[in-house]
Amino acid sequence: MDVTIVDYKSGNISSVINSFKEVAKDKVNIEVTSDLNKIKSSDKVVLPGQGSFKSCIDGLNSINGLIDTLSEFTLYTKKPLLGICVGLQMFADVGYEEVETKGLGWISGKVSKIDNQNGKYKLPHIGWNQINIVKESKIFKDIENNSHMYFVHSYEFIPNDNSVTAATTDYSSNIVCAVEKENIFGTQFHPEKSDKTGLKIIDNFINL
Amino acid sequence: MLKNRIIPCLDVKNGRVVKGINFVDLKDAGDPVEQAKIYSDGGADEICFLDITASNENRDTIYEVVEKTSKKCFVPLTVGGGVRSVDDINKLLNCGADKVSINTAAVQNAKVVEDSSRKFGSQCIVVAIDAKRKDDGWEIFTHGGRNPTGINALEFASKMEKCGAGELLVTSMDKDGTQSGYDIELMQKISSMVNIPVIASGGVGTLDHLVDGIKSGASAVLAASIFHYGTYSVNEAKQYLASKDIPVRI
Repeated sequence: MDVTIVDYKSGNISSVINSFKEVAKDKVNIEVTSDLNKIKSSDKVVLPGQGSFKSCIDGLNSINGLIDTLSEFTLYTKKPLLGICVGLQMFADVGYEEVETKGLGWISGKVSKIDNQNGKYKLPHIGWNQINIVKESKIFKDIENNSHMYFVHSYEFIPNDNSVTAATTDYSSNIVCAVEKENIFGTQFHPEKSDKTGLKIIDNFINL
Repeated sequence: MLKNRIIPCLDVKNGRVVKGINFVDLKDAGDPVEQAKIYSDGGADEICFLDITASNENRDTIYEVVEKTSKKCFVPLTVGGGVRSVDDINKLLNCGADKVSINTAAVQNAKVVEDSSRKFGSQCIVVAIDAKRKDDGWEIFTHGGRNPTGINALEFASKMEKCGAGELLVTSMDKDGTQSGYDIELMQKISSMVNIPVIASGGVGTLDHLVDGIKSGASAVLAASIFHYGTYSVNEAKQYLASKDIPVRI
């Protein structure tokens, strides 16, 4: 099996690569590339994302044909894709970080700044927070409810249809921190930095 | 609920840990990778490496250390010490650091903080502030605490937040190494003034000091000696904090 981590020169993906290689061992081939043919032929795709919504979308746009290839992989061939952090946020129709920026539009919704309630909550939301699993998701197999995950973000994905929400976390309000819509998966937290429970989520995705 | 973080810090010199944990079953007490792994297995919420390598020819040793550690530890890794430029930050991130802490360079040229937070995201830019009491305030120092700057610590903290720092690592130079507790007033002043998380550092000698650090408003507490010398394990520290009703990840 081939799992491709999309390398679109946006942010730091070393930790994502290390964690997937740790979990995959020799059973699964982990590719790190932006080569469109390799993405098309892979069995699963991971879309990481660090920095701002705009910088990530710009990064995808800077590689000719990448967004079309990813959309085809996800929406037509319907193979599993996992978005991490801004990788998840980009599923939305629109993001409001820096300037209003059009997203991939795979899951209807928007990405807005977390309401810090006039400074009551510090931003970024950095550290270990518990997840509240609200629907059974394949990537949460053998993950206990209220497990701790590592977060670092200031913006949140607000889907139009709550049925895509797989988990929330409590910070200022109930923030959507995991989504599942058919073959599309996403986590706002960083499984690659969430110790053993995080690695288990990666393992679940690889074994889908 | 968001938990308060406990961050053990390891001093690394020429690629080796100095003042490491003295465990008998350690194969190589100077190996940063092995030490970091002990901490992450013990429940550390993050690991911090402070590179104190003095000579330029050995500066590259930290990259190898970070690269090896990030293949074994799956909790966030912060690396600081000798970070001068956006290019240095890029190199550390590419080796597997999750956050980079900037001290002297941030004071000399705030643009490094602005540029790097725009390029890599605020989430990976930590500004380290070394502060020492002076008159009725605090002055910041650079070059590992050697050079006074005449800059007010509170004003600098506020400026760094505006420049895009994601977190502030605040060390009291008066307290560092004394094991007499954090400079609580300094932590309170900075935490209440900025809207980004503050990591308290410098002076921890007992578990109650960690409690005081969190109560001062800091989001995370950093400590070196109490963990290095095996006085307490990270897990013991967390259990103690939990017993004092401080939310931690256990």
